[in-house]
Amino acid sequence: MIEMTDVSKTYANGVNALNNIDVLIEKGEFVYIVGPSGAGKSTFIKMIYREEKPSDGRIMINGHDLTTLKEKHVPYLRRNIGVVFQDFKLLPKMTVFENVAFALEVIEEPRSEIKKRVMEVLDIVKLKNKARFFPDELSGGEQQRVSIARAIVNRPQVVIADEPTGNLDPDTSWEIMDVLEEINKRGTTILMATHNRSIVNTIKKRVIAIESGRIVRDELRGDYGYER
Amino acid sequence: MKGRTLVRHGKEGLKNLGRNGWMSFASISAVTIMLIVVGVFLALILNMNHFMSSVEEDVEVRVYVDLTATEEEQKELEQHLHDLEQVERVTYLDKDEGLDQLINSLAEEDQEAFESLRDENPLNDAFILEAEEPQLTEHVAQQAEQLPHIDRVDYGEQVVEQLFNVTSVMRTIGIVLVIGLMFTSMFLISNTIKLTIVSRQKEIQIMKLVGATNGFIRWPFFVEGLLLGVLGSVIPIAAVVSGYSYLYTQFGERLSLDFAELLPAYPLMLQVSLVLLGIGALIGVWGSLMSVRKFLKV
Repeated sequence: MIEMTDVSKTYANGVNALNNIDVLIEKGEFVYIVGPSGAGKSTFIKMIYREEKPSDGRIMINGHDLTTLKEKHVPYLRRNIGVVFQDFKLLPKMTVFENVAFALEVIEEPRSEIKKRVMEVLDIVKLKNKARFFPDELSGGEQQRVSIARAIVNRPQVVIADEPTGNLDPDTSWEIMDVLEEINKRGTTILMATHNRSIVNTIKKRVIAIESGRIVRDELRGDYGYER
Repeated sequence: MKGRTLVRHGKEGLKNLGRNGWMSFASISAVTIMLIVVGVFLALILNMNHFMSSVEEDVEVRVYVDLTATEEEQKELEQHLHDLEQVERVTYLDKDEGLDQLINSLAEEDQEAFESLRDENPLNDAFILEAEEPQLTEHVAQQAEQLPHIDRVDYGEQVVEQLFNVTSVMRTIGIVLVIGLMFTSMFLISNTIKLTIVSRQKEIQIMKLVGATNGFIRWPFFVEGLLLGVLGSVIPIAAVVSGYSYLYTQFGERLSLDFAELLPAYPLMLQVSLVLLGIGALIGVWGSLMSVRKFLKV
């Protein structure tokens, strides 16, 4: 599914974000990416949806080599990858329904299909009754669920979540985890970068720890680590 | 592209205009002001051009026949003049007609003084030559001077040369000004649209993340730019057309001297309108595409 071979990334300003990363993530896995701030988690994640290109090495997704992927094919790659951010990135002037439908409109899905699928995913994230609300009328957890709905509405094989619970209180964070687990159960691969110790230690999944740009730990049912 | 998508882009572009109301207003105002200036200048330059060419066409060579020349010799001279290269037309003006013209060109109170000259006309008979091209006037005059039985040749040397100089300088200044203004307005518009796009950067980012193609993202901005340009050209077109038509009906008749007259409102105003609309649309689209390009590299 996702395969990185000897991947390194050095930014134009000389910052060396990742060094010789080798990793294989299979379809349907749920993987936590942990590590201190500035360790390279975000770079790792950005390279998967091709916001950043590796300086060295090779990244294969679904058999496509990202390092040789042409610029004009990038949009089609991204249709297979859903991305969820810490700050939700919802469009404030659109309703919940429109925010989710937006992801399908821009890839030119037929209107009838859009309506059906948006209602489907709003059901999954339990926001069907708030379809007509605007983002600022929702709580943080609800907003994050909208952004998850947007990320999964075009049925991607992979969902990447960059600290999805970073802005949320503990209770709400568990809600979000319920949603992500539910999506994972339906067969979607999930990569989640997080700083949330209790989540990682409670919902046991594969843990990849990155420090100073290197993978220092990769355990199938791991802990958060980094004892206080 | 599917028809539905095209409609969506149109709607989206239109919605963006409203959503970013003040930005759009600023853009449209910039286009409007620039196009008014361009429009006024265009009308001015075209009229100037027209005026210049009528002056150029009026340039003629007067060949005054020697008073001592016999009728035979005069006939001979006329034949010679006809034979000159680059001469298009030769008109004979006898001295009585010449005096009529002179008297008519004077103010009324001075006319009487000259009336007395009718009994003993001091003027020469003359031939009026028109060159094939206004620029050949001087050459024609020089050739004519070589012929026999000529008192003098008159073509307003200084005036002709100065006029040609003024004409070409005016044209150059006009063209430079119009081009300069066009670039200024293009720059202004692209900058204003850039601001509009910056305010929607998040939207573009999301579109890119969910897999919209660059073409898809570009289209609404294309539409928006086009609308900004076209809307910006509405007021200038209305202003220039109505202003010019007013001027023409008010002063067009009064201003018309032999050689200086305003161009009629039609087809001039149709041409100017189309040019303004074209410039508006062009700079709007150009500006938006220039601005959006940078933001697509997410």
